[in-house]
Amino acid sequence: MADKYIKPFLKSIYLPVISILVSFGAGFLFMLLIGYPVSQAAKAYMALVKGSFGSLKIIGETLVYSTPLIFTGLALSAAFRCGLFNIGAEGQFIIGSFTAVWAGFALEGLPWFLHVPACLIAGAAGGAIWAAVIGILKAKLGCHEVINSIMLNYVAWYLSNFLSLKIPYFNMPSKAFTKDIADTAKLYPLFQNSRLTAGIFIAILCAVILYIILWKTVLGYEIRAVGNNPAAAEYGGISVSRNLVLAMILSGALAGMGGAVQVQSVNFRVNQLLSFTNYGLDGVAVALVGKQHPFGVVFGAILFGALAKGSFQMQFSAGVPKEVVGLIQGIIIVFIAAEQIFLFFNKRKGAVS
Amino acid sequence: MDFLTNIAFLISSTLRSATPLIYAALGGTFSESSGVTNIGLEGIMITGAFTSVAVSHYTGSPWLGVLGAAASGMLIAGLHAFLSIRYKADQVISGVAINLLSGSLTAFLINVIWGQPGQSNPVNGIASFPTFLDNIPFIGNITKGITPFVYIALIFVYISHFVLFKTPFGLRVRAVGEHPRAADTVGINVYKIRYICVILSGLLAGIGGASLSVGMVNGYRDGMTAGRGFIALAAMIFGKWKPVGAMMACFLFGFTDAVQVFLQTWGVKIDTSLLVMTPYIVTILALAGFIGKSTAPAADGVPYDKDEK
Repeated sequence: MADKYIKPFLKSIYLPVISILVSFGAGFLFMLLIGYPVSQAAKAYMALVKGSFGSLKIIGETLVYSTPLIFTGLALSAAFRCGLFNIGAEGQFIIGSFTAVWAGFALEGLPWFLHVPACLIAGAAGGAIWAAVIGILKAKLGCHEVINSIMLNYVAWYLSNFLSLKIPYFNMPSKAFTKDIADTAKLYPLFQNSRLTAGIFIAILCAVILYIILWKTVLGYEIRAVGNNPAAAEYGGISVSRNLVLAMILSGALAGMGGAVQVQSVNFRVNQLLSFTNYGLDGVAVALVGKQHPFGVVFGAILFGALAKGSFQMQFSAGVPKEVVGLIQGIIIVFIAAEQIFLFFNKRKGAVS
Repeated sequence: MDFLTNIAFLISSTLRSATPLIYAALGGTFSESSGVTNIGLEGIMITGAFTSVAVSHYTGSPWLGVLGAAASGMLIAGLHAFLSIRYKADQVISGVAINLLSGSLTAFLINVIWGQPGQSNPVNGIASFPTFLDNIPFIGNITKGITPFVYIALIFVYISHFVLFKTPFGLRVRAVGEHPRAADTVGINVYKIRYICVILSGLLAGIGGASLSVGMVNGYRDGMTAGRGFIALAAMIFGKWKPVGAMMACFLFGFTDAVQVFLQTWGVKIDTSLLVMTPYIVTILALAGFIGKSTAPAADGVPYDKDEK
């Protein structure tokens, strides 16, 4: 009984865990290489832990960083399961933020219990439409989703800036941001002096829903079948093109809702974007660390949220640039990308013994 | 400014904007012709832009910086090659990893070298050199503002075209990209060809990065590549995986850039944020076949396993 569940579980988290540990080791080595003494490098890691999990309030703040990553990580996972690499979650997140803000001020006057969900739905719809374009182009014309995703990310970025800066209906006169959403659309902090809102629960709920969709419904079965082997799925009577589009819509809706939650919890408006938000791009890493499983994604997002939050403390109290954390994230992905390397060494070890 | 001077200005700024793209797009062309997708071009450009500035900072020579950029580009592309050819990693994920790694590594090293986040101090850059052309009216207005990078890029386009389409090596590259199994059968070393092409793409994209930093602004700051690696990727697709085609696409994208600057200096009230979207939308349309069918090499993105039958 225990073996039935625990063994596959350990097997599935084995590689990500090793990747994470190796990456932290590599980060440490790198600090030494650059000339930091061991004591300072150790202090940096201690500050990283303290700065991300040091107190209840800090943990809350870590979760603030994790919340959007849960959404984008889920978005990436939903697409991965169908064999799609939705690197466009970034653009879908941006569009979702924008449509949520739109609903947030245009529907002013609604009571909160209608307005809050209306914004969430608007965000999800915005992201879904943006992603559907990619899915349809892939399904009908065979265009590679990665290239179109990247292109649409830029279009989303510039479109969001254009609308929020130049169109009087959306923008605040002579300001570099949109109007604020109405108070009835906001999610409020759970604790005093905290920015953590019910957004974290919405994110976790979405993880559960995605789990149910993927593993307990026909739609999820079909999406996974297409992801495993499109030719076999087609032969088995599953429409590959239909599922590609549906998976992208599902993925885009998750990313877009992430944008909405971020707007409703933290920003309350869309600011001029001087660069990408990076939530969509970090979502790639989160999905990979989480092995494209909704619950794994939640842990991956907490890890990346903790790294992001703790990096400030690391810079502040150990004097190590916070960019070292980005380095660790990069190395984690390199290792996960090169999963084969682990398998290779494992096989070798097996051959020897 | 009279009409001809304006035209000269447009041409020279189109050339300048297109140049970094041309290097990276040529790199992409080599890599993908041999069957390895390389969306790490952006990261390689970042690395090249940074390394050239760092080397120029320590040695005072921006030309050594260019060599450094080429070397660092080859190194990081070598990592991509190693992961995707030797270990058959997902090439797209490996590319994403390279982009992430380069961004963080350079951001970190700026702190280490210059003791400040975000940007380097100014360094020696590569100036435009005077040529006999400078005194000719009109032509002179074009050549005065452009650096050797521009000329070298054009030469590289010719060389790349020649290598890919007129030499036995190029034939092998294309064979490996279209049908690795068949190439293997006739005795072509698929892995070796792919390694060479991916590393070559790193060399080119690295120089492309240098053309931005020591070639334009004489310094490095975070985010200065601003997605040019991805636009180069777009140019490569739009140019149908051919050096000359890629160059033409880079000119088109460079031209939208130039027009935008041109309109701004003239105080024309057209919105530039719509103009900057053009390359991306054009690429989507090109891919969708509205501008003409573009077909990738058949084995692009597919790892090759010699032992698999």
